[in-house]
Amino acid sequence: MFASFSDPFEALLTLQRALDARIASEWMGRGTAAIGSFPPINMFQKGDDFVAVVELPGVDKNDLEIEAKENTIRIRGKKTIAYGEQASVHRRERISGVFDRTLSVPIRIEPDRIKAEYRDGILALFIPRAEADKPRSIKVS
Amino acid sequence: MSDSQELQVQQKREVDKKTEGTAPGRVFVPVTDIFETPEALTVVLEMPGVDRDSIEATVENDVVTIEGRIDFTKYEGLQPVYTEYNVGHFARSFEISNKIDQSKISALMKDGVVTIMLPKVEQAKPRKIQVS
Repeated sequence: MFASFSDPFEALLTLQRALDARIASEWMGRGTAAIGSFPPINMFQKGDDFVAVVELPGVDKNDLEIEAKENTIRIRGKKTIAYGEQASVHRRERISGVFDRTLSVPIRIEPDRIKAEYRDGILALFIPRAEADKPRSIKVS
Repeated sequence: MSDSQELQVQQKREVDKKTEGTAPGRVFVPVTDIFETPEALTVVLEMPGVDRDSIEATVENDVVTIEGRIDFTKYEGLQPVYTEYNVGHFARSFEISNKIDQSKISALMKDGVVTIMLPKVEQAKPRKIQVS
């Protein structure tokens, strides 16, 4: 964990380094996830549970569908770009289209209790780890 | 049906060092569309994670600069385990040839996409040229 945000001046750099350090990491194990599929996903651990943060700028909440089953999460939808009739283009970099991505996580999760939040073009999925999968501390007698 | 095309990931590009600010950390170049109507020049930038209060647009010497800041404190307590992209503030500048009415610049934010409207001043509006 990027220890603390006690120095706000350095905090962003610390976060960026922490994200870089886990780029395409082995955490997904032998799962099928790979960089390059849309949308890009970052996975975080928060205590026992997990949080997936997905960048989806320009996607309307109503065009977003999320399904979860066992340890897979499916994110699909469409992104539309509409400009007025009279618009003459100077530069076009944004792309529109459909997407459908399935993510298998290498942990047991509780698919029924996943919470999704979408704000400012960012989708956050709060993924609770299955009770049986959580580490238990073992008392030494 | 260009709309059923499958979306591709667009790799984030970093801002050139020479235009970098003084705070540490990387700044990214937002993916941008620019289009023009008879009344205005419109700049549309994708800035996921930037809220409406964290955007600044300025026009100076015919250069429009748009900056968006993300609230990275939301990541506090989150330990990355697998990542596919990095995060950071956004910044981009464009040289514009039209005269802009600075007092009428407006911005609209929706789903991480900011639309900046730069209304043209009266004499910069197009005249139809007759072909004789």
